[in-house]
Amino acid sequence: MLDKVAALGKTVLDNIAGAGKAMVMLVRALIGKPQLRKSWPLLMQQMYSVGVLSLIIIIISGLFIGMVLGLQGYKILVDFGAEQSLGPMVALSLLRELGPVVTALLFAGRAGSALTAEIGLMKATEQLSSLEMMAVDPLRRVISPRFWAGFYSMPLLALIFSAVGIYGGYLVGVRWLGVDEGAFWSVMQSNVEWGQDILNGIIKSLVFAFVVTWIALHKGYHCVPTSVGISRATTSTVVTASLAVLGLDFVLTALMFG
Amino acid sequence: MPSFSGKLGGLKRKEEPVMTSANADDLVVIENLDFAHNYGAKEVFNGLNMKIPRGKITAVMGPSGIGKTTLLRLIGGQLKPQKGSIKFAGHNIPELSRSDLYEQRKRMSMLFQSGALFTDLSVFDNIAFPLREHSDLSEEIIETIVLLKLEAVGLRGARHLMPAELSGGMSRRAALARAIALDPELIMYDEPFAGQDPISMGVIVKLIKSLNSSLGITSVVVTHDVAEVLTIADQVFIVADQKVVASGSPEELKQSDDPLVQQFLEGEADGPVAFHYKAPSLAKEVLGKDINEGEGHAG
Repeated sequence: MLDKVAALGKTVLDNIAGAGKAMVMLVRALIGKPQLRKSWPLLMQQMYSVGVLSLIIIIISGLFIGMVLGLQGYKILVDFGAEQSLGPMVALSLLRELGPVVTALLFAGRAGSALTAEIGLMKATEQLSSLEMMAVDPLRRVISPRFWAGFYSMPLLALIFSAVGIYGGYLVGVRWLGVDEGAFWSVMQSNVEWGQDILNGIIKSLVFAFVVTWIALHKGYHCVPTSVGISRATTSTVVTASLAVLGLDFVLTALMFG
Repeated sequence: MPSFSGKLGGLKRKEEPVMTSANADDLVVIENLDFAHNYGAKEVFNGLNMKIPRGKITAVMGPSGIGKTTLLRLIGGQLKPQKGSIKFAGHNIPELSRSDLYEQRKRMSMLFQSGALFTDLSVFDNIAFPLREHSDLSEEIIETIVLLKLEAVGLRGARHLMPAELSGGMSRRAALARAIALDPELIMYDEPFAGQDPISMGVIVKLIKSLNSSLGITSVVVTHDVAEVLTIADQVFIVADQKVVASGSPEELKQSDDPLVQQFLEGEADGPVAFHYKAPSLAKEVLGKDINEGEGHAG
């Protein structure tokens, strides 16, 4: 019994220590004199790596999710003779929820895991230590550009996801099932609000971007530098980031729309 | 990590701190160093003393897992000791602020066991990296310096290759070129001969010696490749049981009658460093009873 209490206490302490280390890592990576000449090329390189290279999965997923929304929405709305409302239904679902959330989940799986594995491997092969010994702060050189790249990329990817999803809904609803094209777009335009819908979606996306990128970088930077350690850290990134996104989504939805 | 308790009865342990003669030309001076991992749970050093003379090659030897690499990380300020001082050119490394520590690190360099080349940069860019980070030199001058450094390690023709395209020996030499890019006062070599074929090993031995003699760089070589390091070292420390247990010139160590020194130099399987990991006697474990109480294996 005492052992179980001790084990529980150790787990709690380890988690608190882990959160503290993650916080220290982030603060040290982000606070300091900006060096634009050096950091701009690094940021661009990482924007390409985590943002541009995620475009394919985001566009394909957005298209299919939009098409499914169009099909399911039509089947439900047509029973009530409200198929003209398909446009706002698809758009609001994507802008408020599915765009930010699914993008964050896909981002955690595609870019988050890659960030963790890359940094974990840099740690295992002593590249981070060699940076330290060359008087180059790995937090500023490695962590900071990756963090900002993730933070800027994800909201843009979420907007692209939503735009492609709306087009997918249009393809199925208007082109295939015959919903009136004018009604589809005009009802959507009159029901979607900039502040309430689009801006809130962007805010959600920024929060998810912050959390997912932070988790991915922390898991990589503090992983056990062995093959098993990197594997566990990568898995942990996807699981932790996904749960954090889903949990935060409920909190943010309650605050914004509750 | 092997334990030395139990079988050290015959070894004349040095109760006094083992030091070379103190003088102003010591680049690194370590005094009464205590260090433990995991918040003190795993003690690595207890009262370690060491003086590394400027411009010489100092070898640090000892059994695997004894903390030799940890010692280099302590000198480089990557780890903080619980007690004691580590002075590099008069600066106490553990007490320096982060910015002061980084200033001192520009004067030292480390060759990691894995080479630690940046895998996304070519050999050329790896060697240019510290120059681009810490100087405002033009690209033309950087190119000239990089080519000279690569020439010194015999890899000028490999400058366009990526690290994944290099053999183990070439990788170590490229890392050495990067380590000398900023002309440091101190280079710490972490197991430079590990996993090398005889030719690569010979090349690295020659490079360490020539860098030391031509550039006057102080070198600390952490290794357990006795034969190789004794041919070039000016001074040798043997670390065991959390402190320096023997030191001197290679000749002095070869003539030592210390059983641990002899076991280490001769590569004997059993001795003060026991072959068997600490365990109860085999008879007790296999037969369930101890045939001879006095013959249990000590670690």
